[in-house]
Amino acid sequence: MTMIPTNYYLVLSAILFGLGVIAFVFKRNIITIFMSIELMLNAVNLAFVAFSQAMGKLDGQVFVLFVIVVAAAEATVGLGIIILIARNRESLNVERVDLLKL
Amino acid sequence: MTPQLGIFFVLAALSVLGALSLIFQKHPIHSALSLIVVMVSLAGLYLLLGAEFVAAVQIIVYGGAIMVLFVLVIMLLNAGAEEHTNISKLAGIAGIPLTVALAGFIAAAIARSGETVQAAAQTGAVSSTRDISTMLFKDFVYPFELTSFLILVAILGAIVLAQREK
Amino acid sequence: MSVFLSTNAILIITLVKIALLLFIVLTVNAYLTWFERKVVAHIQSRWGPHRVGPHGLLQPLADGLKFLFKEDPTPAGVDKFVYFLAPLLSLAVALTSIAVIPFGPAPIRLFGHDIYLGIADLNMGILALFAITSLGVYGIALAGWSSNSKYPLLGGLRSSAQMISYELALTMSVVGVLLLAGTFNLREIIDAQANAHGLFGWQGIFSWNIFSGPFPQIVGFLCFFIAAVAETNRVPFDLPEAESELVAGFHTEYASFKFAMFFIAEYTSMITVSCLCSILFFGGWLSPFPATPTWAFTHYLPSVLLIPFGLWVIWDGMRYETILGRLILPGIGTAIAAVGAAFVYFPAVNEFIQGPFWLLSKIFVFLFVYVWMRGTLPRFRYDQLMNVGWKLLLPASIANVVITAFAILKWGAR
Repeated sequence: MTMIPTNYYLVLSAILFGLGVIAFVFKRNIITIFMSIELMLNAVNLAFVAFSQAMGKLDGQVFVLFVIVVAAAEATVGLGIIILIARNRESLNVERVDLLKL
Repeated sequence: MTPQLGIFFVLAALSVLGALSLIFQKHPIHSALSLIVVMVSLAGLYLLLGAEFVAAVQIIVYGGAIMVLFVLVIMLLNAGAEEHTNISKLAGIAGIPLTVALAGFIAAAIARSGETVQAAAQTGAVSSTRDISTMLFKDFVYPFELTSFLILVAILGAIVLAQREK
Repeated sequence: MSVFLSTNAILIITLVKIALLLFIVLTVNAYLTWFERKVVAHIQSRWGPHRVGPHGLLQPLADGLKFLFKEDPTPAGVDKFVYFLAPLLSLAVALTSIAVIPFGPAPIRLFGHDIYLGIADLNMGILALFAITSLGVYGIALAGWSSNSKYPLLGGLRSSAQMISYELALTMSVVGVLLLAGTFNLREIIDAQANAHGLFGWQGIFSWNIFSGPFPQIVGFLCFFIAAVAETNRVPFDLPEAESELVAGFHTEYASFKFAMFFIAEYTSMITVSCLCSILFFGGWLSPFPATPTWAFTHYLPSVLLIPFGLWVIWDGMRYETILGRLILPGIGTAIAAVGAAFVYFPAVNEFIQGPFWLLSKIFVFLFVYVWMRGTLPRFRYDQLMNVGWKLLLPASIANVVITAFAILKWGAR
């Protein structure tokens, strides 16, 4: 069984991370920006698991579990804040949320 | 072209297409669906890397809980398609090529690094859940307890944020 | 040609198994609807379908034709892509979850290859099953949202909140079984029950997970079954699709074939849950009688059940006046009786059929319990439903895990 070179996974991870950055910078909906953060986290997870397989140790996979859990906690609180912002300003456009004043 | 390489390219193409679709879709629910596609294909890639527990956790937690949260919030807030505002065209013209150049630079640097990262596991071994759990509860027990505390704080935070004004 | 077949043998065998299993599951779905209508009708003191074919047995065929030929309108203002995706997603998720279930212990030997009953024998079988079922929430949430109408939206929101709440109790209640078996592999969980030290040392039914081991998994089974009924949106947890409360819930705006897809998805997940209950808690393909030679006469039970049933079908067919009743029913009855007799005359086949026979009978019992609950229980109100999920089932399943872990520490898993 031939192994797939680790570089392939790392290149894919870099591409996904770059696409996440593009989505973060150019989208205007708060929820979509949040989703691009999750995309970046996933790209990093892929790099972790690829390295874990390359080095033969399991530390990478354990760390991926922690990243997933922390992303879940962050998504929970972040979406709660987004719901409050959307209720107060009645818009999900991030360009309308740039002042502390309503 | 072995079957593994073929499956790798299919899953990698699927994840990149999903990420591109996240950027180019106008409605946030379509972006959410594209992100689910990315996560499921990444779970497939984890299976290809022999990390079966992480793949299952990725689908159960990321695909089955976090993204459900996103979809429910989009449904609750009745998010519509994105409106066009006056975004600076200069940012678009200068920004996208720069980001592509950044990602391409990183990718090229990795691809050119050659044999610095050797695959130590020769047989494509599958990592066992038992070993992961041993490591989690022995070497990483302190971060584990801290993470459980973090989840508790997040739950409390979400409940406080969701309360109505008295 | 034969070189191509032999090099790709595993792929071809798997494809044939997939096609066969799909066909069987879809047929069982159709006749499960017939079974449900008959049983619920008899509970309510009426006949149920009895006009279309003898005993209403052709009713599923008539329903299928109706679904195919009915008009399929698409409401205005729906998000077309998501509207078409939602039933597909539900159906795909439900049908994929049958792939990891093993249906029998012994392989069939055909053309020099050992063919195991069951499509994929994964080492993380249960984990994969939970991963697949956790994706089932999307079908309902997206169906509710994309219908562009308030009743489906409410039904979809409520249903997805219900499903993710009960998913926690579902996965926690299985952890007790996993601790006792030490593996995620479904085949090995049944093997662990076969080698288990039964209650008071008795084997057979007492070595199943629900009765045996250091801590009988009764609480675990109850939590699992209740949570699974809530996951599949069946009575008493079917408020999101209740006719009297929410028009028809999340599938209001779906007509003929797409509604049929939701329907099939629901019944298929019922079948999957019944399979899981029997495999995880009730010994899978193990017989309730011990496997010692003194109990070897129980191996004739399939024949003892099939031959009288076949003879009754023949007698029943004689009462009809139509061709269908007079010719086909006795034909089917003769076939059933002949199969039963064949088991008596061919001991090797009899040994092979023991495992699948017990598994199928347990699955049938659980499906009957599902239908029984549909006929007798009223449905929960939404806040009662969420209370049960979070305040009753989740603490009970966590307590089950803790007590099982202590019992294993003290007395050993086997």
